[in-house]
Amino acid sequence: MKLTPEEQQMLDGAYGRATQKAMEILVALGTIYDAERMVPVTSVQIAGVSYDNLGEAGLHFLSEMADGGGRTRVLTTLNPAGMDIENWQALGISEEFARSQMLVIDAFARMNVVTTCSCTPYLIGNSPHFGQHIAWAESSAVCYANSVIGARSNREGGPSALAAALTGITPEYGFHLEENRRPGITLEVKVALPDNDDFGALGVVIGKQLERFKQKPIAYILGVDQASVENLKSFCASVATYGGAALFHMRGVTPEADRYAPPDEHITITQADLDAAKAALTSAESDEADFVSLGCPHLTLNEIARIAELLKGRTVTKEFWITTARPTKQMADMMGYTRSIEEAGAKFAADTCCVVAPVKGRFKVLVTDSAKACYYAAGKNKFKTIIKPFDEVVLATLK
Amino acid sequence: MKFHGRKIYQGQAQGEALVTSMGISFFGGVDPDTSAIVETGHELEGQSISGKVLVFPTGKGSTVGSYTLYRLKRNGLAPAAIVNAQCETITAVGCIIAEIPCVDQIPIDQLKTGMSVWVDGEDGTVESYAGSRG
Repeated sequence: MKLTPEEQQMLDGAYGRATQKAMEILVALGTIYDAERMVPVTSVQIAGVSYDNLGEAGLHFLSEMADGGGRTRVLTTLNPAGMDIENWQALGISEEFARSQMLVIDAFARMNVVTTCSCTPYLIGNSPHFGQHIAWAESSAVCYANSVIGARSNREGGPSALAAALTGITPEYGFHLEENRRPGITLEVKVALPDNDDFGALGVVIGKQLERFKQKPIAYILGVDQASVENLKSFCASVATYGGAALFHMRGVTPEADRYAPPDEHITITQADLDAAKAALTSAESDEADFVSLGCPHLTLNEIARIAELLKGRTVTKEFWITTARPTKQMADMMGYTRSIEEAGAKFAADTCCVVAPVKGRFKVLVTDSAKACYYAAGKNKFKTIIKPFDEVVLATLK
Repeated sequence: MKFHGRKIYQGQAQGEALVTSMGISFFGGVDPDTSAIVETGHELEGQSISGKVLVFPTGKGSTVGSYTLYRLKRNGLAPAAIVNAQCETITAVGCIIAEIPCVDQIPIDQLKTGMSVWVDGEDGTVESYAGSRG
């Protein structure tokens, strides 16, 4: 790889041990993927924040990087943590876990990372614009940034995203290059998609189609004329989880779609496909449900307003977690939504979510509108799952 | 036999080769507290990778797997070196943060379990000696 004089100095250790380690990571990745050079990034999103996923070793590594003088050079935010940083006790998190989780957050804070813990950085001020090079981890956000915004990111892991944050650069390969953003397969959607769970199910269907290929093609999607931010957030999370997709084009919706003609390889998606995907995500009866969660990915202010409207003056009878970014919750506080929701007995779980919080063994059946949440609930936490439209999920907490 | 590959992470190590033709998922596939491969149905299932020159085609699975290599190192159970046909992000990052010598682009089908192997992460070479050196 060709390095600039400053990049070479970083690699040689002139900027301290942490920056040197960061450059070693970036140079190795550039070597593996045949990058010719580094490109500057304007934004970083780091994954690997929950102590439930990191463990003692991950905490030790992050502490070493902070002790080694690592400091961010660009705007950098964090993925969800394993708990609500302020309200963890109400969510049944142990003191021991909370202590370790706070040490993780402290290590990031020492490196000047903005410690908003959210999988939707694009909703809370870490919002790149079209064409910018960025280095994001968090598969759903990478897919959103590449596809919906038209920014350019590879799927980073925790350490490689941190390395980009501490140096301000990333190796130029993969989705940073125009030639790798070209679609390879057309998926024509011949079914109405009224709600988030439908978009989630569509992500499952398309994701599984992509998984059939050894070299996964980029999807070119036809037939979706309208999609809200909430719908696209749900779809991105699902197609990234079930198909490893980091980029898709959706004609009439995403900004790069018009650059390309629909590829010849063509698959039609029908109501039967969607129904089958939803049926596969539902493995229990409604009366077995003991855990309800909305906010995978983190809820928008609009969604929280809707929950407040549905719960106002009523009482929930099940454990109901509303997961969102803390800045979004602060807006909900300001608007009085939080009060309506908490008076009904539902719980805010800011900074975290049902995927990364240590909830294994605490519940048996999850109700959600998120296909991604179903995947991790079943795999990581061994829960049964029920997927429903957004409003019906809220109403399920009242029975 | 001496093979010239590509340096992924520096350092030199000698050890007994443990070779598989299957990919390895470090997260969930290797127990960081015992160093045993625990992936069901893996051809190395039950074998310890500690102190070995671990030879496999490429890594797979979750990116959190990089931390598994780091944890093995902290537990004193890391492989002596890693040799791949084609390295990828998880293994590369894991080797860098755990400081395990790593070389790729090696014809790994010519390496056999039990061979004594010298891995040179400085110049990207792997040298094998027929049979164990005792």
